Amino acid sequence: MTTLVLLTITGLGLAALYFLVASGLSLIFGLMDVLNFAHGAFLTIGAYGTWWAAGNLPGAGESGWGFVLAVVFGVAVGTLVAALIELLLIRPLYQRHIEQVLVTVGLSLALVALVRAVWGADPRPFPRPGWARGTTSILGANVPNDRFLLIVSAVVVLVAVLAFLRFTRVGLIIRAGVENRTMVTALGIDVRKAFTLVFAIGGAFAALAGALGGIYLGSISPGQGTSLLIFAFIVVVIGGMSSITGTAAAAVLVGLVQQFANYYAASGVGDLSVVLLLAVVLLARPSGLRARLA
Amino acid sequence: MSTSASAAPAARSTAGGPVLQVAGLTCAIGGAVIVDDVTFDVAPGEFIAVIGPNGAGKTSLFNLLSGLLPATGGTVTLAGTDITGASPSARARRGLGRTFQASSVFAGLSVRENVRLAAQARLGGSMRPWQRVRPGDAAQEVATGALARVGLAGRGDDLAGALSHGDKRKLELAILLATDPAVVLLDEPMAGVSIEDVAGLTEVIGSVHREEGKTVLMVEHHMDVLLGLADRVAVMHHGKLLALDTPARVTSDPAVQQAYLGESL
Repeated sequence: MTTLVLLTITGLGLAALYFLVASGLSLIFGLMDVLNFAHGAFLTIGAYGTWWAAGNLPGAGESGWGFVLAVVFGVAVGTLVAALIELLLIRPLYQRHIEQVLVTVGLSLALVALVRAVWGADPRPFPRPGWARGTTSILGANVPNDRFLLIVSAVVVLVAVLAFLRFTRVGLIIRAGVENRTMVTALGIDVRKAFTLVFAIGGAFAALAGALGGIYLGSISPGQGTSLLIFAFIVVVIGGMSSITGTAAAAVLVGLVQQFANYYAASGVGDLSVVLLLAVVLLARPSGLRARLA
Repeated sequence: MSTSASAAPAARSTAGGPVLQVAGLTCAIGGAVIVDDVTFDVAPGEFIAVIGPNGAGKTSLFNLLSGLLPATGGTVTLAGTDITGASPSARARRGLGRTFQASSVFAGLSVRENVRLAAQARLGGSMRPWQRVRPGDAAQEVATGALARVGLAGRGDDLAGALSHGDKRKLELAILLATDPAVVLLDEPMAGVSIEDVAGLTEVIGSVHREEGKTVLMVEHHMDVLLGLADRVAVMHHGKLLALDTPARVTSDPAVQQAYLGESL
């Protein structure tokens, strides 16, 4: 029983991480038809931004509000980088999909190489605030608190995104743009502003995932974002490519399957089973769990 | 023909001159000339029907006017401003609105959200991400008015995808009305609409033209629909403008009859 609880909550924590990365990917793909391979780099930037701020930024630190400030800094840097990349590199290649893929793949390699050049390839110990280091007893299982931090953050982000899409003027434009971009343009709306915004939001979530992932794993390394990105892409595909609720459901599914398979079969089987899950879902429901943004 | 000018965007402010001028408009794609040297003027408040056999270039002409196709020659002037190179969204903001041949509403949004989006586009306002949709704001009022105009007042909360085909066409009109265009391009608004709905839709289009003084260009195959609405009929054939005259004179034109030989008018 305790193992089951621990595995479930850890799986959900992993799912939260996947969701934070995949939600941005899914919004970007849904609205702009851009497969953003540089998304993993946003995660790395968020993680290193937070780590750097915790050690160097005045007022920031490794615990309490100082750490919150460090995370805010990391997220802000990730958001800024994402917005700049959209404005300077993606926008000029609007609707040239092959070039966009080349640019984002190139960026993912270049940004990671840059981080490696500055801070080295070795993992760096990531600051973990006191509370996150403790455990909470649930049904006899001692669950590390950082899992709850991940899950709560992801739920807050999910609710915030859904409310944003549902209740704001830009949210309406984004939902309409995901359905039919040409028509939105024909109405006289400049969707490119929404593109930049969506890219920045995606960058912010990925950077937050970087900071939270650092707490979860206890260390950060330059290649972390790229390896997480693969699973995030699988989550986006299973979730139906452009649906936020579908992405959330798919993230939970992938996180749990991966955890349980890793524990009950053998370490590494989890990754394989996720790919199998992708195949099964695509065979049964070719358009994913949810085909529309909701 | 009505010229009752209500509150007007830029495109209606020309005093007396043509609201839309098309001069030598040409579009060639890979050697094939799909719209060939088309020239005509449209007076404010005029209703022009565009007819022609399939593949005559009617929709291509509309795509050139609304900016979805690039012109390879000639100019399009809206209210005295050359818009030949303008983007589709810039043209829409200047008062050139259009519907599409295939029914095009946002199926996943509610009926009201569909129209609201258009109203937002016209009223402008911010792209600030925290700007909320408020039930009583200006865009919402425009949306409510436009829905009432086309007879969909009670359907605001339904998903647009759940509407019947005829109602979707009405919703498209409401979307267009909410952008308050000076010039309206309707691409086969009756396509796929059931016989019972044609009369109602014709009435709505007619009243938009008469009562709000909109300039309308409409591609349509139903001649009976056109004859009651159109001031002039433009006949396209092989990408050229074959004739542009009153409905009576166009239907008796030998060249038009020649072009339509073997096809139902």
